[in-house]
Amino acid sequence: MAAAPVLDIARARRVAAAVVDPEVPVLTIDDLGVLRDVRDEAGTVVVTLTPTYSGCPAIDQMRDDVLLALTAEGFRDIRVDFTLSPAWTTDWMSEAGKAKLEQFGIAPPTHRAGERQGPIPLSLGVKCPRCGSLRTREVSRFGSTACKSHFECLACLEPFDHFKVH
Amino acid sequence: MSPQPPANERRSAAAVDAQYEAEAAEAHGDVTVDELDLAAELAGAGGTASEDVAEYALRLGDDALILSQRLGWWISRAPELEEDMALGNIALDLLGHARSLLHYAGTASGRSEDDLAYWRDEPEFRCAWLFQQPNGDFAHTIARGVIASAYMQELYTALSTSTDATLAAIAAKAVKEVAYHRDHAVQWTLRLAGGTEESRARMLVALTDTWPYTDELFRDDALTERLAGVVPAPSSLRPAFDEVLGAVLAEAEIAEADFTNRKIGQSSGGGRHGNHSTHLGPLLAEMQVLARRHPGATW
Repeated sequence: MAAAPVLDIARARRVAAAVVDPEVPVLTIDDLGVLRDVRDEAGTVVVTLTPTYSGCPAIDQMRDDVLLALTAEGFRDIRVDFTLSPAWTTDWMSEAGKAKLEQFGIAPPTHRAGERQGPIPLSLGVKCPRCGSLRTREVSRFGSTACKSHFECLACLEPFDHFKVH
Repeated sequence: MSPQPPANERRSAAAVDAQYEAEAAEAHGDVTVDELDLAAELAGAGGTASEDVAEYALRLGDDALILSQRLGWWISRAPELEEDMALGNIALDLLGHARSLLHYAGTASGRSEDDLAYWRDEPEFRCAWLFQQPNGDFAHTIARGVIASAYMQELYTALSTSTDATLAAIAAKAVKEVAYHRDHAVQWTLRLAGGTEESRARMLVALTDTWPYTDELFRDDALTERLAGVVPAPSSLRPAFDEVLGAVLAEAEIAEADFTNRKIGQSSGGGRHGNHSTHLGPLLAEMQVLARRHPGATW
């Protein structure tokens, strides 16, 4: 029996981490916090993803993209698992990811979801990603995708998406 | 006696299947899907459900699925574009909950979420009557939404600490999303009740029509009693639900007497046992026709 080739799991992790969100292509699934784990399970690359929202249609695309990316890099035995627990939160979004979002024209989450904001629930001002003004207004809690809400800037009058704290 | 087609039009099920397959092959041409494992479905948190837990998951999954299907109708028909998106987003969240719950329910019998959604007939569905109710005017959709989301919020909050790890994981994720749905329905309830005379009158009619389907949500039965300690007793969710609804109605300046009707009372609702309102059949026909017309089709 030939010795099993050694799996370069660190490389597999880098490949999986570079896969981008099909809806917000400036973010990788690692930036987004959707990539939870990459491990070597008896020679199989096992990637674990968690969906942002329960109904997010992008998760199937992300699974396929991870499989394709790893296959293209020469990995053969690959499995993608999904997990719902612990539930995804925007707290897992990387700082680099937040900066990329803002450059892309999407206002990033304003604070940590678990953060206590004192006795009176205040929603922090959302900064317009175009002109930087805090004079903005939520038009609708539900935006172009489940994870975003729809805002308008009262200073530059542009509409924009805001990645909801979740 | 059930109506029978004339003998010359009667065909064996196998012949019908063969014809469908031939037509499906023609309709789909030689399109092939890629080699990725398309059969793999979005799983829940893993785990195999016991028969009782599966039946319970079916109830919750069907509630979410049927309400999702109802809400999808509004896309392109809501009062404003933002509402198309809001109701579409809510429907999508509910579809996600339905997928996780039906997937889990199916682990007990080896059926997939699609098997359960598309290949069960009406008496096999376990949704409560509230979720089957027609969209009506926008106020009816909001009245249904405020009752549904306030109930789901209490349900998933309680279920998120279930000893069943899969139900707990699904619930912990769902509860964060249902909070948005409740917020949406509450804001619209206040807006319609406090808007024009017309909008207030319609909101009251909608609450009058929808309220009779509340009681069914909170009824304990043999299944929930057997699952005591694993899932919350439906009746235990009622006080918190009443408190939330009470606060919303007080702010909307609506008294319970404005929309409860002694003559109507509460519906007996047999949804948990497969006895459904007349509204479910047409909804299922529309939802299931494509999958049944083209069995096994993928794209």
